[in-house]
Order: sequence, then C-alpha cells, then structure tokens
Amino acid sequence: MGTTASQLRKDLLSEYQELTFLTKQEIILAHKRFSELLSKEDRNLPTPRVPMEKVLSLPELKSNPFRKRICHVFSTSDMKDGSLTFEDFLDLLSAFSDSATLEIKSHYAFRIFDFDDDGTLDGGDLEKLVNCLTGETDDTRLTTEEMRQLISNILEESDIDKDGTVNLSEFQHVISRSPDFVSSFKIVL
Amino acid sequence: MPSQKKNDIAIRMEDVGIEIDGELDSGSEDEARRRDRNRKAKASPRAGGRNGKPATSEDEEEEEDQDEAPRKRARKKKASAQDSEEEEEEDDRSVKRKGTKAAGRKKKAVEEESEESEEEERGKKKKGRKVTNKKQKDEQNKEKKGDAKGKGGKDKGNVKDKKNKNGKYSRECQAFVEKFEGALGKGKGRKLYAYKVMMAKKMIKFNRDFDNFKTACIPWERKIKEVESHFGSSVASYFIFLRWMYGLNLVLFAFMFGLVVLPEVMMGLPYGSIARKTVPRAEQERAMDISVLLDFGGYCKYSILFYGFYNDERTIGVLQFRLPLSYLLVGVGIFGYSLMVVIRTMARNSDEGGDGGDDGQFTFAFKMFTSWDYLIGNPETADNKYASITTSFKESIVDEQENQKDENIHLRRFLRVLANFLILCSLGGSGFLIYFVVKRSQEFANLDQDELSWFEKNEVEFVMSLLGLVCPPLFETIAELEEYHPRIALKWQLGRIFALFLGNLYTFLFALFDEVNAKLEKEKSIRNATIWGLNEYYSNYSSYHNTTDIPPPDIHPADVIRGPCWETAVGIEFVKLTVSDIQVTYMTILIGDFLRAMIVRFLNYCWCWDLEAGFPSYGEFDISGNVLGLIFNQGMIWMGAFYAPGLVGLNVLRLLTSMYYQSWAVMSCNVPHERVFKASKSNNFYMGLLLLVLFLSLLPVVYTIMTLPPSFDCGPFSGREQMYNVVMETIENDLPAFIGNIFTYATNPGLILPAVLLMVLAIYYLNATSKNYQNANLELKKKMQMARDEEKNRRNNKENTNQVMQDLEDLLPNRSLLPPAAEEENPPPDKVREKGSKSPKVAKRPGAAANGKGVNLQNDVSLAAPNPKAAVTHPPGPRGLSGNARGPPPGPVRGRGRGTPPPRH
Repeated sequence: MGTTASQLRKDLLSEYQELTFLTKQEIILAHKRFSELLSKEDRNLPTPRVPMEKVLSLPELKSNPFRKRICHVFSTSDMKDGSLTFEDFLDLLSAFSDSATLEIKSHYAFRIFDFDDDGTLDGGDLEKLVNCLTGETDDTRLTTEEMRQLISNILEESDIDKDGTVNLSEFQHVISRSPDFVSSFKIVL
Repeated sequence: MPSQKKNDIAIRMEDVGIEIDGELDSGSEDEARRRDRNRKAKASPRAGGRNGKPATSEDEEEEEDQDEAPRKRARKKKASAQDSEEEEEEDDRSVKRKGTKAAGRKKKAVEEESEESEEEERGKKKKGRKVTNKKQKDEQNKEKKGDAKGKGGKDKGNVKDKKNKNGKYSRECQAFVEKFEGALGKGKGRKLYAYKVMMAKKMIKFNRDFDNFKTACIPWERKIKEVESHFGSSVASYFIFLRWMYGLNLVLFAFMFGLVVLPEVMMGLPYGSIARKTVPRAEQERAMDISVLLDFGGYCKYSILFYGFYNDERTIGVLQFRLPLSYLLVGVGIFGYSLMVVIRTMARNSDEGGDGGDDGQFTFAFKMFTSWDYLIGNPETADNKYASITTSFKESIVDEQENQKDENIHLRRFLRVLANFLILCSLGGSGFLIYFVVKRSQEFANLDQDELSWFEKNEVEFVMSLLGLVCPPLFETIAELEEYHPRIALKWQLGRIFALFLGNLYTFLFALFDEVNAKLEKEKSIRNATIWGLNEYYSNYSSYHNTTDIPPPDIHPADVIRGPCWETAVGIEFVKLTVSDIQVTYMTILIGDFLRAMIVRFLNYCWCWDLEAGFPSYGEFDISGNVLGLIFNQGMIWMGAFYAPGLVGLNVLRLLTSMYYQSWAVMSCNVPHERVFKASKSNNFYMGLLLLVLFLSLLPVVYTIMTLPPSFDCGPFSGREQMYNVVMETIENDLPAFIGNIFTYATNPGLILPAVLLMVLAIYYLNATSKNYQNANLELKKKMQMARDEEKNRRNNKENTNQVMQDLEDLLPNRSLLPPAAEEENPPPDKVREKGSKSPKVAKRPGAAANGKGVNLQNDVSLAAPNPKAAVTHPPGPRGLSGNARGPPPGPVRGRGRGTPPPRH
C-alpha cells in the first residue's frame, strides 16, 4: 500500500482500480497530482502524507467552502490534522467520482456537514453549514434571526424523529429525494 | 471461527445446496472461473467450491455481502424485490448479483442470518485492512463486481423466512439478471456487454455535451444567471421576460421584413418615381436637415419605414407578389401570432406551476444540503455561487416568514382598505389631470401655433411624464401600509401603475384619433380638388388637342398635390413615441442609476453623512416600472407596426441594446432589494398584462382597418374604399369562383351566428372539463399528502419503524439452531437490536461500531430507502417490508467508495 513511488506499480494499480470507483487513467492522474504535492523528503517514506494545507491548494478544492471538512473526513491520520495519504486521496476522489452511488455520496456528505463529528447534525452544525454556504464576507451572511428561522425550518422538514438534530438516516432520506445531489457532489481532477 | 463456519455452511448446504447447483447456469460458471483467476493468489479455489467451498472463505464472502449491501442501495432499489418466491431463484440471482463470482456465495444467501454476529469481526478486519492484503483484495473484487449487481445479501436471509411471494418481484429479478448477464458471460456475450457499456457511457457523455450545447445556445443565459445570483429570481424574471419579448419581436420582424419591406425594396418602384415616394418640393430643402430627420420628417417620412411609401399596384415584380394583400395579412397576422404565442406561453407556464407537488417538502433542506456544486473550481464562480445561495436562502426565508405572520388582522385590513382608497384617489386625480390637460390642449390647437409658449405646446407630454415619474413611487410608499409579501406587493404595484399608464395610453390614442379625423377632413377637400383639377386638365387637353387619347399630366412627382396621408402621420407618432421612450429609459438609467451610484460611491469619502447607507444610497432595480415599460412599449409596437413597418426593426434593436445596457447597469449600479423575493413560478402575471395590452392595442388598429377609409394617394390600399377590400379583390380576381361562393356563404350571418354559438358551447364545455380535472388534481394531491403523512407517522412510530428488528426476531429461532455466534465480541442480538432502534447518536461513525452499525443502518435503510419513484407502485405498507428486508447493511462506507474506515477506537 505504501507505494507512492513516482511510478505506480501495476499490481497496485489494478488493485486500486478494484477498490475504487475510478478508472485506470483517473488513478494514474490522481497519482501524478498527488506526487506533485509531496515534498522531496516525504517521497521516500513508506506511507507519505500530504499535509492539509497542500491538499487544499489544489484548484479543485481551493474554492470549496467545505475543503477543510473534506480533508478531515477522508484523512486517516491519527493526529487529526487532515493530512492525506495517497489512499485517502483516492478514497476522496472515489467518493466524489461519477460512479459513486447516492448512498456513498450522501454518507460522506453527512460526515462533511457534521462539523463536530458527533454523528448528528445539530443546530451548531447547521449554522456552520449555512455560514459555509453563504461565504465568508459579511454582506452575504444571514442575520441571527434569519439563521434561527432557517435552522428551525430545516429541522422541521427533515427531523423526522423530532429530537432536534438530523441524523444520518434522516439526512439520507432527504438527500435521496434530491434531484441534483448526485450530479453536484462531484470532484473531478 | 472457521470451524463454526464450516458447520454453518454444512448445514446451509444441506438446506439449499442442491437447489443451488441446479440453478446455476453457464454464466455463473464463467464467473466462477473468472473469479478464480482473480483469486489465484488465494489458496482456496472458489470455483470448485460451489458446494463444498472451503469454509475459510466464507466469512470473507459474508463480509463482502455486507459491504455491498449499503453501497448498492440504489441498485437494490431496482431489484428491491428480492423477496422472491422461489428460493432457487433467489439463490440463482444472488449468485449472479453478488458475485458474479462467488460460487460459494450462494451459500451466503443462506448464511446471512448468521452474519450479524460476525459483523463485528468483519468490521475489525476492515479497519485493519490494508489494501495489500490479498484477502481484502479479493473481497474488494467481489464487492466491485457485486456492485454491478449489488443486492443486499440480507434480504435473502429474510427471504427465506418470509416467503412472501410476489410474481412481480421475481419478474423484476429476472429482468435484472438478464440485464447484467452479459457482465458475467464470456467471449462474445461479454464483448457485447462491454460494448454496450461503452456505448452507454459515450451516450451519457454525449447527452451531457449536447445539453451543455443547448444551454450555450440560449442567448444571455449566463448574463441572466449572473444577475439572478446577485439580485434574486424576481429581477431575473424581468430579464427573462425581456429575452422572451426579444424572441417574439424577432419573429414579428421576420414577418414584416420578409413579406413587406423586402419585396417593396427589391421589386417595387424606386424612390422618386412616383409622388408618394418623393419628398414634396416644398420640403426638399430641409429634407436632409438633422432636426427634420430626427422628427422623422423629410427623407425619413418618404421611406420604407412608413405606410405611405408603399405602392398600391396589385402585383409587383416578376414574382407577381401581391404586396397590398401581403401588407394587410402581415399587419393582421402580427396580432394573430402574438396572441397565439402569448396564450401558449401562459398555458405552458400554468402547466409548470402545477407539478410542484413534491418539491415543497424539502425546500430548505435541499437548499442547505445539496446546493453547493462541488465541481466549482473557480473562485469567481464560487463567489457567485455564495451570492446565489444566500439569495435563495433569503428568498425562502421571506416566503416562510410571510406564512407565519399573523398579527392584528383588523388593523391590517383597515390599512389595506385605506391604502387602496388613497391609491384610487390619486389615480382618479391623475385621470382628471390628464383629461383637463387634454381639453386645454385642444383649445390651444385652435389657436395660432406661434402664440403658444413651449410649455403650452408640450403640456400634455409634460404632465404625463410628470405623473409617470411621481405616481409609481407614491404608490410604492402607500403600498407599504399594506404589508403584503413583496411578491404580492409587486403585483399590486404592477396593476396600479398599469391603470395609470392606461390613462396615459388612451389619452394619447384619443388625441391621435382627433388628429386623424382632422386629416381625413382635409384629405377629402384635397382629394376633391385633385379630382377636379384632373377633370379640368382632361377637358382642357381634349378640347385643345381634340383627342380622347389623353396622356397623364406631366408633373414632376415632387410637385404633385397630395393629401395629408394620415396613416403615415400615425406611424410617425408611434415611432416618435417609441424613440422618446427609449431615450427616457436610457437616460433614467444613466442618471438615476449610474450617476447616482457614482456620486454615492465617490462623494462618500468627503460627505457629512454616510451616503451609501443613508439617504441617496444605491438604486434598487425597479422591477414593476421596467416590466410595465416593456409591456407598454410592446403595445406601441403592435399598434404602430401597421402604419410604420420599420417600427418592429427599431424595437428589435431597442430590446437588444437594452438587454446589454440594463444588465450592465443592474450589475454595476444597483443593489439587491432589501427583501429579496422569489419570482412566482410562472410569470403569468406579466403575460396577463401583456395580453391585456395586446388586446387594447388590437382594438384601435382593427377599428381603423375596418372603418376608416385609406388615404387616396399613399400606401398600399390607396384608391380603395376600405383596406380590407384587398382581400375581396383577391378572392374575386385571383381565386377560382367557387371559393368566392364559399366565402359569400361563410360570411352570411345565418352561418356566423351558429358558429359563434358553437364556439361558446365549446368554451363552456372545455371550461367545465378543466374544472373537473382541477378537482381531480386537488384530490390526488391531497391523497399524496396523506400517504406521505402516513408514512412519516409510521416511521415515527417506534414499533413500526423496526420492521427490521421484527425480521431479525423472526430469524432468531433459526439462529439458535446454529452454533453460537462465533465471536465473543459479538453482543447478543438483542443488544444489537436495541442499539439499532436508537439510531441517532450511535450512527456517528459508520465503521466504528460495526456491530450496532449493521442493524442501525438497516434502520437507516428503511428510512432513506423508500424510493420516491418506486413509491407510486408500492403502497406504503408493503414497501416498508421490502425496504427493511434489504440487506443488513454494513458500515455504509466500505468498499468501493469506501472511504478509509474511520479510525478504530
């Protein structure tokens, strides 16, 4: 697994192909991009990790308001620093690929939106989510009143068991009815 | 564990094995072989092991199954049937589906029941797994393939127990197997399948490209989207309306230009050949003066732009083109086409408005969870997206607030009545003012023009524009009393300003008619004089030359005495009006928006108060004013097009420029409304106003065509009693006699009356049916709502929710027959169940609590699964069952899209 040498070994490649939703070309491209992110010293490590900052510098992620969450969710790092190994990186691309199913996508979406990692989307998560969506500048921010209203509306719609939070199943229930979630939850290198 | 497994398997095999063997088809053998290849690394050959597959592989397979289950839910849905009647069939299916490959898998189907206990183990493995692990690899292979066919393994387990057979399901399953058979086959079939898949992919790509292309072909789509993202859909709706109008005018222009203007230019007589195509001697000196041209006098007046230029020859050119007929038909056809288009658009809009049934359910949640497009990689696009998301949030919030508002209803009512009263007063006042001014101007008209001051001459226009300037803001201020939702307020505002403008329009029309009547009088005398002159000339000529062969008087066309040609005069009025309207609109934007924005922005650095936040601030985009401006402008075009064919072309230019100009202005100088609101789904209100204006402008035109005599010396109808006589002439002279007869009969009142009656009846009938449909629709909607509520309730109800749990319970007895669950870590099933039922907090980390998770997810499945589409075919009850019956989903995340399983705790 730890083969992140400049050339991807053939058996590894086919293995990755089996393990992900990606095609061969996509994996090779991903590997190339990943190698570019690695610093020289790291390349010789068995399982090199790319720090989050570097991953975020990818143009595909740069403009994404959830970029940090995405890194955290896919990172297997013990330090919770959001750094990615090549396999984490492939996981990321796989989940965001064309052929990943709604199930997988919605699961990851849930984890990305779950800012405090407690397994449910509570008021705080939703608020952060809204703030991510409305951008960093002040003039696009919603007022407290609007925020309160918005969150209560969302809970009213999707919180089926009325416990004040949206859990994974409720989330997927909503997402499964969305016409364009699958097509928009995509990242292509 | 292995030993236990073995036992398991053994038992199962006894149960099912035979059947499985029987059912396996060649496809599965191939698969098996293939699988073999994959698994070479592995010691245990699976292919052979159909029956007696080595036990060791079992657990892996199980894992796979479980992995697959969640992943493929989508697929599963398709095949959600799963509980098929015959076990054999199931087995068969399962073999294919899953695995394609694992012959051994068949067993799985049977074994599933025992899986729960193993889940934990599995979970661990997964976590620990590294890709290099061969075993894992194999699993993954299977999984992947399984994807293609993925179905929950679990159903099978359940299936066994509840053999609720359903012919439909089994049929679906068969179809499924057929569909994916190719993937399992070998040789030709496989190639064909690969080809099919490839083509399907290509097709998808092509469709996407084609869609992109189609979108790219819609003019200004990006511009409008950009505006929409910053100013909300209500402002965008104006631009969409503008674009629609542009399209309509392009068609009108094509008619007018292609059938009237072009033939006259190509085949008609050139300028200067006859009197109507020549500038009169008296005017020739100043005919090229820019001031004259700007008033559309001089050469402009005697050009193809206006009615008077067209010749009355019945046919022109080698093509024998019947220009007068074509002129009349195009003039009427423009109205016909516009009516048709407007009404069709209205009907289509109301269609779209109807199907919003399911949308309302998750407006906010969809906006929240699915509005970000992760493909956005460009910071500017991202900024736009932020803006548009914020806008759409605000729009929905405004809507929602409006729904929840309920305060003092009496006060509100009082205020609304008061507001309407005030507005009626001001409308009445302005109506009187207009009336007064028009009266006065008629008095002035009788006086000598030189004695009047500039103000007195232009009093009407002045008062009109003053009213147009003052009243809308006044109405808006008054409307604030009413506290309507902005969308409704906009409609009221539109309606009120519309009423104001109507007064405007009709004053103009009446003034015009006065003028026309005066011109008609004048024309009569000139005509008489001309005829008398001609007679004189003829008698003189005949008596002088003593011949009856009299050549026409040799007068230069510029010197011919001519009538006032009221049609051209009317045309000029309309063109002038349109042009001045364009000027006013553009100047208003330039001064009211651009200059204001400049001042606010740059003087703000050196001013006593905050200009941006305080008094002048930036302008808002005036939707109602702009929409009405557009509508009335269009009314002018419709009315004027008959008398000034060039007007349509002018209008096309105007719309084109104002599209760019206004979208630039709105983006650079305006700020979004304080309360951004969503445009109503169908902009039928605009269309309704447009239809009204169309009708209003139809009236005067038709009136003139039908009753006023055309000028005797200009235009395509000169010399005829009535304009429509052209049609009669054509029928009499150019068409076979019987058509003339038919026409005579058709115009007989005896026929027309019944026809009208019939139409009224038809309208009545259609109206009644449409009402019925509407009722039926409402009923259906109600039913859907009820079904949904029921479903929700069912889910909320714990006992019902846990169908899965009940299923598991059913399974338990079987379980007890089995050797006790292999893993010590395995919590007793009951526990599992408990956890499952309380999903929320446990659900946290998908992979983390593999154990509880499986069940948990199951729960999730039942929640998430009901496929909206499937919903139609399945009544809620059964669906719950089948949904639950679906596989014991493992950690949702594993496998192909598997993210790395979250760190173990």
